[in-house]
Amino acid sequence: MSRTPTDAGLAADVPGSRVGGPGGGSRREVPGAELSIVTSGLTKRFGSGQVAVDALDLAVPSGSVFGFLGPNGSGKTTTIRMLLGLVAPTAGEWRLLGTPMPGGVGGVLSRVGALVEGPAFYPYLSGEANLRRYDAADPSADPRTVSTRIGLALERVGLAAAAGKRYRAYSLGMRQRLAIAATLLGPRELLILDEPTNGLDPQGTREVRGLVKEIAAEGTTVFVSSHLLAEVEQMCSHVAVMRTGRLVAQGPIADLRASETVRIRVETPDVEEAAAVLAGLGLPEIRLGDGDVSAALGAGLPERVCAALVTGGVAVRGLAVQRPTLEDVFVGLTGEGFDVDG
Amino acid sequence: MSTVSGKEAVSTEKATRAVPDHDPARGRDQAMTAGQAAGGRPIPPPRAVSAPRAWLRLLGSEVGLTFRRPRNLAMLGVLTVIPVLIGIALRMFAGTGGDGTGAPMIFERITGNGLFLTFAALSLLVQLMLPVCVAVVAGDSIAGEAGIGTLRYLLAAPAGRTRLLAVKYACVVVFCLAAVTAVALSALLVGLLLFPAGPITLLSGGTIPFLDGVLRIGVVVLYVTAGMAALGAVALALSTLTEVSVGAIASTVVIVIAAQVLRAVPQLSVLQPYLLTEWWSGFDGVLRDPVAIGDMGQGLLVFAAYAAVFCSIAWARFTGKDITA
Repeated sequence: MSRTPTDAGLAADVPGSRVGGPGGGSRREVPGAELSIVTSGLTKRFGSGQVAVDALDLAVPSGSVFGFLGPNGSGKTTTIRMLLGLVAPTAGEWRLLGTPMPGGVGGVLSRVGALVEGPAFYPYLSGEANLRRYDAADPSADPRTVSTRIGLALERVGLAAAAGKRYRAYSLGMRQRLAIAATLLGPRELLILDEPTNGLDPQGTREVRGLVKEIAAEGTTVFVSSHLLAEVEQMCSHVAVMRTGRLVAQGPIADLRASETVRIRVETPDVEEAAAVLAGLGLPEIRLGDGDVSAALGAGLPERVCAALVTGGVAVRGLAVQRPTLEDVFVGLTGEGFDVDG
Repeated sequence: MSTVSGKEAVSTEKATRAVPDHDPARGRDQAMTAGQAAGGRPIPPPRAVSAPRAWLRLLGSEVGLTFRRPRNLAMLGVLTVIPVLIGIALRMFAGTGGDGTGAPMIFERITGNGLFLTFAALSLLVQLMLPVCVAVVAGDSIAGEAGIGTLRYLLAAPAGRTRLLAVKYACVVVFCLAAVTAVALSALLVGLLLFPAGPITLLSGGTIPFLDGVLRIGVVVLYVTAGMAALGAVALALSTLTEVSVGAIASTVVIVIAAQVLRAVPQLSVLQPYLLTEWWSGFDGVLRDPVAIGDMGQGLLVFAAYAAVFCSIAWARFTGKDITA
């Protein structure tokens, strides 16, 4: 993985955001910050006695892109169904956009776009007629602007050309795009996207990522569930991790990363000298390799390390800040059995 | 911190886009950019939509969906064709088939006055054909949406459970009216084309003018529609119990057939007033003078009772149900 200056800059910030650590379920948001989704003790026990979601305490800050991670069957979709009032929780409370649910379902869900467990449309209707149908179901949607809104939503997901085609004839990727378009029919304050890139080709996946970032930049909170860590790592500012119905971690992505040590690696022929310089800077965990030396960077700034190496007369062939990937973090958090790459 | 990384992410994305590439999928990228640009196009600020208007809009969508479905159109087509077949058969064998024993009274009168074809066709089709068509539409109403998964999106829209159920039932009633009207209109046209028209001699012996007869057909259409709407409530309730619409449809048809069988057993006559099927064809009253409203009134009460009970069951079930499909 190549390291950009941006990454180094971020790494320098890490110590500041480390305070609360990655503690499971710790809410370390700025006091007074608004939360788009809050759940407390949300639990779903199905008739069979199986506990799908166990005492879930989620806190999704407004304006965040919140990755909701977990292996298949860990309770992500059941949680999303509960948030939307489709499934009644056995215990617990939740709020969407500050409104207590499920009492507020009617008023709040108009401001929430949702993609739940894959696309579902009427096969004998065109893409446009399908969106019109869902728009008609929303009591607060303005019928006068429906054509404009549908046109914009279809354009945004790149389906404008296929608007008149029957859904039956859509490919899997087009169906997924249409489902995303359905979440964009009105002004939304919160998007809940369950596996939005399922069935999309790499290009489509990239477009969806771009779209999510664009929507987030407009101020919409995006809650996106996925089992693809790399995808979440590229999109999200915050994450929560589920495992067998329980929340094992939650917080800003940088905090979670901070639980794994950031290391600095120096490529040099002068291994001994470089190690001495790093030790002189007080960096711990120095490891000598064949032509390289690495150490835990901790709060140290990479540029300072670089300067010290140069003034110390060490021939530096390469310098890299190695930040742990989300995958490293999750393997650490959840142990084996997590399908890290879906 | 999160905002910073967010901004960086956006700028990185822009940078990626700015790189000219010859990717065949580039057109799609441009489409998205166009969408952004179009985002600046002014959409009038959303005006508050009154609840009844929003309800009517959803009903319009529902009715549109029902009458655009090829399956439903095919059923309406079959319902329209059957009176034509009856009319042609009666016309062709008018003089010959008269052994004079088994034919119901109304059938004998068709050859004398075309208006009677409408009464005959309705009393025939109300036994099984119309109920099956209503069972298909009403049994599919919730279960069908659950089956293809659209139910979760309608409810997340949010359609509202009570609101959606009310719209579904209203749409079932509209379909019942359409189906019964299709039969009546087709029979009326065929009757007028193939048989003489004119003042009608009633079952009670008196004679009423032709237009009066057409008016009474209208009354029968409404009565039969009410009977079918009661069955629609039964099918709607069954529809909330399953995610397989065929299950709800088949159970409704089985209930109709079972009721017809029970009706045919004289020893069970005590049950008969409580059977829905018993009242469906109870509209001969309009062919008497003065109109015998007693039976029809009681029929309407039974229909209303069935509709109330089964709509309540549907509501209780649907509003408390976990939507896992």
